[in-house]
Amino acid sequence: MTIQQLSVFAENRFGTTLSVTEALGKAGIDIRALNVADSEGFGILRMIVDDTEKAKNVLDQEQCITSVAEVLGVYIPDSPGGLSEVLRILADHQVNIEYLYAFIVKSDVNACVVLRVRDNEEVEQILTEAGIKLVSREDIQGL
Amino acid sequence: MGPFYQEEIETASREQILAWQNERLVKQVRNVYDNVEYYRRKMDEKGVKPEDIQSVEDLYKLPFLTKDDLRDAYPYGLMARPLSDCVRIQSTSGTTGRRVVAFYTQHDVDLWEECCARAITAVGGTKEDVCQVCYGYGLFTGGPGLNGGSHKVGCLTLPMSSGNTDRQIQFMIDLQATILCCTPSYAAYLGESIIERGLRDQIRLKAGIFGAEAWTEEMRHDIEQKLGIKAYDIYGLTEISGPGVAFECSAQNGMHINEDHFIAEVIDPATGEVLPEGSKGELVFTSITKEAFPLLRYRTKDICILSREKCSCGRTHVKMTKPLGRSDDMLIVKGVNVFPSQIETVLLQKGLTSNYQIIVDRVNHSDTIEVKVEITPELFSDDMSTLSAREKEIVDALKSMLGIYAKVSIVEPKSIIRSEGKAVRVIDRRNLYKG
Ligand SMILES: [Zn+2]
Repeated sequence: MTIQQLSVFAENRFGTTLSVTEALGKAGIDIRALNVADSEGFGILRMIVDDTEKAKNVLDQEQCITSVAEVLGVYIPDSPGGLSEVLRILADHQVNIEYLYAFIVKSDVNACVVLRVRDNEEVEQILTEAGIKLVSREDIQGL
Repeated sequence: MGPFYQEEIETASREQILAWQNERLVKQVRNVYDNVEYYRRKMDEKGVKPEDIQSVEDLYKLPFLTKDDLRDAYPYGLMARPLSDCVRIQSTSGTTGRRVVAFYTQHDVDLWEECCARAITAVGGTKEDVCQVCYGYGLFTGGPGLNGGSHKVGCLTLPMSSGNTDRQIQFMIDLQATILCCTPSYAAYLGESIIERGLRDQIRLKAGIFGAEAWTEEMRHDIEQKLGIKAYDIYGLTEISGPGVAFECSAQNGMHINEDHFIAEVIDPATGEVLPEGSKGELVFTSITKEAFPLLRYRTKDICILSREKCSCGRTHVKMTKPLGRSDDMLIVKGVNVFPSQIETVLLQKGLTSNYQIIVDRVNHSDTIEVKVEITPELFSDDMSTLSAREKEIVDALKSMLGIYAKVSIVEPKSIIRSEGKAVRVIDRRNLYKG
């Protein structure tokens, strides 16, 4: 069970973020999560949106450079130290996390994190066996 | 007047210089025709026989040589002597095809070093002087040329080579260097470093000979002020011998070409037609005394003006202005020849868009080069370390192609400005050729 993440190359991260969010807003696309990674020279905008395909089309027309990746959305257990619990499970299984960022699914009060790992299936199995709930595409699309 | 290293030659009458040139040219053309098959074929194609060249006035009949010929004939095709007669090679940086490899007999090394000795003497160098050479030593002609010239003059020579500024300053002070030879940008940097360290009153420099890159009058004043010296220009190219083909005298307004060894012409780069004295055009050299690698009518691609006006220093050899530009798109960055096509080759090899832009600048007296590349879907990744690694791959490939570090900036698509649909490939912010 994965969700889709849309990434955009952003040379000027704030300028690009503004034009991307404006373009998506105009097209009626809801941005559920936004993460900006940047280095000295450029940035990468990563988003979880309610309609990835449509969002990609909109941005491609704006001549943005985009890519879509399958990532894991993980519900964080609703207790103090919930995120640590998830990270501990992954560390115990020697899972290498490339990056993660938090977001909220409207239908749920719990916080979620997006996890980018090498092997989605393996990590999904580890988390499910540990009783951790994953975010589905329907969770993202539905309200 | 003076001082001179070889007074009779340097102050010879125009008639005498012309007589030397006529005699040496006729001999050299015969020599090249008989011994360099590549050039013989060029002459045959043009229908020119050695006997058609009776004096300098006939020079225009000979075919040109260009960097393309050097590439076609690489490595031995333009040699007039067997390798066993040669004692040295020197080379420019760059990859095969762009790299120039020149061969020297002992006679060729001697005449080259004599030219450098004239340059050192012209700035006041004598056997009492201490000459610090911080051009690179090795294949690059800068270090070996000035080193040899300094020996011929009898200076105490400090063969420092480039880099290691702290050591340069220490030797300059401890050994009381009086003459400095390096690139003008390094001279400015040294000057700044000396002032920063509060050592300005401990140096004894009186003159500097600065070449291998273009520099402005503003830079000259800046260096002169910082180091408390007179700063002089020197010109040369590996194809013709190295630094010392022409050098500045006390008048500091143009460089005397060593006409007893090299005949200079200025041509229209578009038509190849020889232009009258005082016209701005491409500089062409004919080596009339070299043995191993005697190029006839070699097109330098440097734009300049020649003048035979009487010079206050007493020298009678023709003067050339500083290069006023290039007739091709070559850039000189940190003393290294860079062609935009080399950068394009690397980018295309990496599967990148051919839409790129090269920005050359001079920051704190040091050249910088930046290559902006528009991102493509293939280059992009949502993972920062992958994207950074791809960027670094381009940096490494450029480094191995050019021999110098070029900063790579990945930019958004369509963000490189196009003028009338054509991308502006090179932006040189150094303004080196303004006069
Ligand atoms: Zn003069």
